[in-house]
Amino acid sequence: MDFTRRDALILGAGAATVALLPVQAFASASDDAIAAFTGGAATSEGGIELTAPEIAENGNTVPVAVSAPGAVSVILLAAGNPNPDVCTFNFGPLSGSQSASTRIRLAGTQSVVAVAKMADGSFVQTSSVVKVTIGGCGG
Amino acid sequence: MASGVKPRVKVPKTASAGDIITIKTLISHKMESGQRKDSDGNKIPQSIINTFTCDFNGQNVINVELHGAISTNPYFQFEATVPESGDFTFTWNDDDGSVYTETKSIAVG
Amino acid sequence: MIGSNLLRVASIATIATLAFGTTTANAQSLVINDEETMIIQAPAAAHLENLDEVFSGWNFRTVETQALQMDDFDNPGMIFVDQAMDQWNTVEGDAGESCASCHEGGTAEFAGLRPVLPRWDEEVGGIQSMEDYINKCRTERMQADAWKWSESKMTAMTALIGLESRGMPVNVVIDGPASEAWELGKEIYYTRVGQLDMSCANCHEDNYDTMIRADHLSQGQINGFPSYRLKNAKLNSIHNRFSGCMKNIRATPFKEGSDEFHALELYVASRGNGLSVEGASVRN
Repeated sequence: MDFTRRDALILGAGAATVALLPVQAFASASDDAIAAFTGGAATSEGGIELTAPEIAENGNTVPVAVSAPGAVSVILLAAGNPNPDVCTFNFGPLSGSQSASTRIRLAGTQSVVAVAKMADGSFVQTSSVVKVTIGGCGG
Repeated sequence: MASGVKPRVKVPKTASAGDIITIKTLISHKMESGQRKDSDGNKIPQSIINTFTCDFNGQNVINVELHGAISTNPYFQFEATVPESGDFTFTWNDDDGSVYTETKSIAVG
Repeated sequence: MIGSNLLRVASIATIATLAFGTTTANAQSLVINDEETMIIQAPAAAHLENLDEVFSGWNFRTVETQALQMDDFDNPGMIFVDQAMDQWNTVEGDAGESCASCHEGGTAEFAGLRPVLPRWDEEVGGIQSMEDYINKCRTERMQADAWKWSESKMTAMTALIGLESRGMPVNVVIDGPASEAWELGKEIYYTRVGQLDMSCANCHEDNYDTMIRADHLSQGQINGFPSYRLKNAKLNSIHNRFSGCMKNIRATPFKEGSDEFHALELYVASRGNGLSVEGASVRN
């Protein structure tokens, strides 16, 4: 068989995705967390940007960044973690921009969700799928 | 007090009034998530930094609520507006009740 | 045979067209703090028969991981260097000394040491790693307790000392009195072990730059040690990594600090002759 490295990677990532628990099993937990943050209000798209790697080298330390100009606070959720709560950024009067970066733990391939509460009380949401793979030797 | 907990902060030393500066913070902390199990199969209780705050001359820049999914040695990068010379104070609150702080001064010319 | 399941790509000879990384193009140079340029690629040392070029492990990581090493603040391993600095100034042991009280020139005294370790030490009559020298000082001169080979105080101290040589090319001596250990290390490197019946060379020489499941195999160089691994969020020593690798092959590992690991460390270090010492590197 003549695999290119790219094929092998896609195959590996696909296999890893299939092997993991479906994201739907945890969707309600993260939906609950979003509802708690928004008070049940609907969220729309646009005005919030989430930067996360397409493939996380290691689920233990995944760098992510979020930016939502004009936001009062932004919540980060990991829809596939046993507990979806990651963190909440509350921007004070001296924040230079409504953006922040951090490093998070992801239990497996999943959606990372960011919801921003805007100054006018509205909510915007975005998400990004991060593939978390198992290493080669397990080492 | 959890042992070996040490903050590290990067703040520019000078700025002009009204500048937006980038601040980077790190604190060495295990962030025991509450998900791990010990050798008997019992869950190791959560013990994390649960809040991080940055203030400048008494005004708030950012406040972060952390949960177990924040990686070991919590790292935050964010921006602050600097109106005048003064001190940034950084505060981390630990589940075990400890409070860690760090201060950095900035000169606005 | 398990080994044949590893995927092979284009021959190593096509170095010029080798594209590292996964789906996104990786940075091609490692410049730390916008100031210090690391040598991450070098011609293979003369003793290497099967490699033309050697590459730092940094090349094989994702863009995000590589970025972590390019700034001393972003580098999560540097917080342990801070802790080592505090330790450097701490008095410990019955002699009432700290590292600082004897080493009046500070850690700068150690510039040039990391690149030549491990080495044959005439006084001891054997190969000495940095951990040996640190413990020798602690037990004989400070009259303090020895540190375990891979405990966090030790790895942090090796990072602090190694930092003084960051950028300098690895240059370990393999001949003269060191040659016996070097030959032993080479033999270990090429010997298949464990239930998976694999040698270091099977992955790190025959199959570097390919994927083993989802790991991007490196050449197994140690110029970047002690390494902050994302996997365990701390600095890892060379012998500890050797041990982990052997366990992955389901072999019984040699002990940290053993003659075998000293020999292997010398041999593996010599495979990286020419690459820069990276201080505390960041790996997965």
